[in-house]
Amino acid sequence: MPAISISGLNKHYARVHALDNINLAVERGEFFGLLGPNGAGKSTLINILAGLTRLDSGRVNVLGHDVVTDYRRTRRLLGVVPQELTYDPFFNVHEVLRIQSGYFGLHKNDTWIDELMAALMLTDKASANMRALSGGMKRRVMIAQALVHRPEVVVLDEPTAGVDVELRKSLWDFIRRLHREGHTIVLTTHYLEEAEALCDRIAILNLGKLVALDSKKSLMAHGIGRTRRVCITTEQPLGPLPENLAPKVRRQEGNQLELQLDKSADSVIAVLDVLRAHGAVIIDLNMEGADLEDVFVELTRRNRA
Amino acid sequence: MNLVGLYTLFYKEVLRFGKVLLQTLIAPVITAMLYLVVFGHVFEGRVQAFPGVSYTVFLIPGLMMMSVIQNAFANSSSSLIQSKVTGNILFMMLTPLSHFEFFLAYVLASVVRGVLVGIGVFLVALVFTEIPVKHPGFILLFMFLSSATLGTVGVMAGVWAEKFDQLAGFQNFIILPLSFLSGVFYSIHSLPEFWQTLSHFNPFFYMIDGFRYGFFGIADIAPARSLGIVTLFLVVLTGITLALLKSGYKLRD
Repeated sequence: MPAISISGLNKHYARVHALDNINLAVERGEFFGLLGPNGAGKSTLINILAGLTRLDSGRVNVLGHDVVTDYRRTRRLLGVVPQELTYDPFFNVHEVLRIQSGYFGLHKNDTWIDELMAALMLTDKASANMRALSGGMKRRVMIAQALVHRPEVVVLDEPTAGVDVELRKSLWDFIRRLHREGHTIVLTTHYLEEAEALCDRIAILNLGKLVALDSKKSLMAHGIGRTRRVCITTEQPLGPLPENLAPKVRRQEGNQLELQLDKSADSVIAVLDVLRAHGAVIIDLNMEGADLEDVFVELTRRNRA
Repeated sequence: MNLVGLYTLFYKEVLRFGKVLLQTLIAPVITAMLYLVVFGHVFEGRVQAFPGVSYTVFLIPGLMMMSVIQNAFANSSSSLIQSKVTGNILFMMLTPLSHFEFFLAYVLASVVRGVLVGIGVFLVALVFTEIPVKHPGFILLFMFLSSATLGTVGVMAGVWAEKFDQLAGFQNFIILPLSFLSGVFYSIHSLPEFWQTLSHFNPFFYMIDGFRYGFFGIADIAPARSLGIVTLFLVVLTGITLALLKSGYKLRD
């Protein structure tokens, strides 16, 4: 039985088709990535799973239970970390976790709450009011809230959006630990790098449609994430480029040139040599891994072909 | 039924107003006392609403019920709007709490606050004067029914409102005028006929009149009628609010 199964799922907001006939299954124990740019429908999908949003048509099950008709059970099986940083300013960390635990019908849960606070480095903040915590601490409390009832399936909606590098790394470590301990993890992100680093299988949503669903290995093998973007600034505006560079150009404006290079086939040094030989004086160079835009360009190109 | 969940949400709501007692309990008691001192001083000996009952004593149950009404409404409505505006209502929506448990917890917490404020006004008023208590059962019953009704209206308003301003409008243009014009400061028999008739359309009038009967054994209308109307009002509002919550109106899109 899959941890999550979604079939024929549709959701409209006024004229926007937010989710368009989505079908996918997440297996138990899997580390699943849900990727897409802002507005792709990732949060709508998560919200339907969590019961925050009502579906128009289709079925969504968590461990075989319907999220609409059997919501009490599915909400006990799911732990959701929402994207927005929200907290109740009336209470301290320990109170928040005890209250959250009580909502799930758990009366005596202090041992687990203490363990969770220790794992998320919140123990010394147990008596601190939520208002007094830093953004990173608040996010950790939100994760503890999602885990307070020991859910089998953990859904994290962009957990690292807007967090600093150090916290991002510690969150990654913690999520990996949850996965090792047997939780099914569903992670939404718009960072390709994050999905690459953590997930076994990846679904890509764009404009409410599922545009790819495959293992990370297979997506990479098909070219997803195999390119890098190189932005070059030259002293003078460049004229027409040599023929062998032209297919790699994504954008050329004045003295700015943006190229998309294959990580294994194209050498950055060779490209720079070609430009220098062409008379260009390079004053700045910026390299980035492929972002989602590149992935969509690649996917669209492939779908057309 | 998720009884632990229901109790937890109720406890959280009581704890919430318990953390700001100055605002939620002490301030309304002081406000009611100011009314008592000022109105009692001005009208004592000049107005006799009920035979054999001084104006100050007549005023006390009215002020108690007005405080119960306003505070029961404020409790559920302000808690809900705060949770909605800050977004933390999400953490309740993600749990297995049903719409009925959610409703009951908010209303019961409103009852606790309403009753505590009502008792607070009564205890402080005892410092100034003696107050007869003819039918304590009626007093408790009306206090419970009225605070539950206003707790329900508060849930409705809190779910409907999207910003504090809308809630303030609800409070200032509906709850406050209806509670002031319900016979807190006068017997409706002292009003011209037109206003007497109009008062019968104000549900708060029945709450105050039945409640006053519990103290003096005298009322403007038959207490059984007040009891019936207040109960009916509570039942109808409960039905509407539960339907709203079940539909996910403004909570689940």
